[in-house]
Amino acid sequence: MSVQVEVPTVLRTFTAGERSIVGDGQDLQGLIADLETRYPGLSERILEDGKLRKFVNVYLNDEDVRFLDGLGTPLADADVVTILPAVAGG
Amino acid sequence: MLRISQTLVNQIVAHAVTDHPDEACGVIAGPTGSDEPQRFIPMLNAARSPTFYEFDSMDLLRLYRQMDAAGEEAIVIYHSHTATEARPSQTDIAYASEPNAHYVLVSTRPDQSEAPPLEFRSFRIVDGEVDEEQIEIIAP
Repeated sequence: MSVQVEVPTVLRTFTAGERSIVGDGQDLQGLIADLETRYPGLSERILEDGKLRKFVNVYLNDEDVRFLDGLGTPLADADVVTILPAVAGG
Repeated sequence: MLRISQTLVNQIVAHAVTDHPDEACGVIAGPTGSDEPQRFIPMLNAARSPTFYEFDSMDLLRLYRQMDAAGEEAIVIYHSHTATEARPSQTDIAYASEPNAHYVLVSTRPDQSEAPPLEFRSFRIVDGEVDEEQIEIIAP
């Protein structure tokens, strides 16, 4: 499934400054693996120990994937995946 | 340097005072690339904690989409410390993910003397490195 991925400023060092990239995957996990082949290092900023990092938000269209199936969330053509680091602190 | 109006400073401080003893947090948006803080956007602290803040994930998505549609970015990301100084904590540094933003901190800790205003400082946090910067009040 060909999916558009919106990349936040802080991760554009992995995409040569591109804010919108395209990836392929049946589900979010597959998409991230696909992106890693062309943008090495990107997946490590989104995943830790094979799971989505707590303070990185990933959305499928208008929903936080935590409320869908996380990494197993299925994707369809023309979906838009948005990555936004949490705004948080102490 | 952070160039900001007194009005915006007052709005940030008022938000921090209102939310005390929880940490207050929010953004000041401005035209992308301008470095000009213009639009005050207080956010809900989804953590509702005196020691932690976090924007709710859906609030965050809506905020970024809205700013994008308006040709804006987050010029200032502010939050308050309710018992400590207005300086970035280790947690603040670890989670700072907007390299272009000015990170403003306000302290609402109660032991500050009455006469001066609450401690209000600004920092750049890039790749884990913190640099305090001057604040210039440019307008009422």
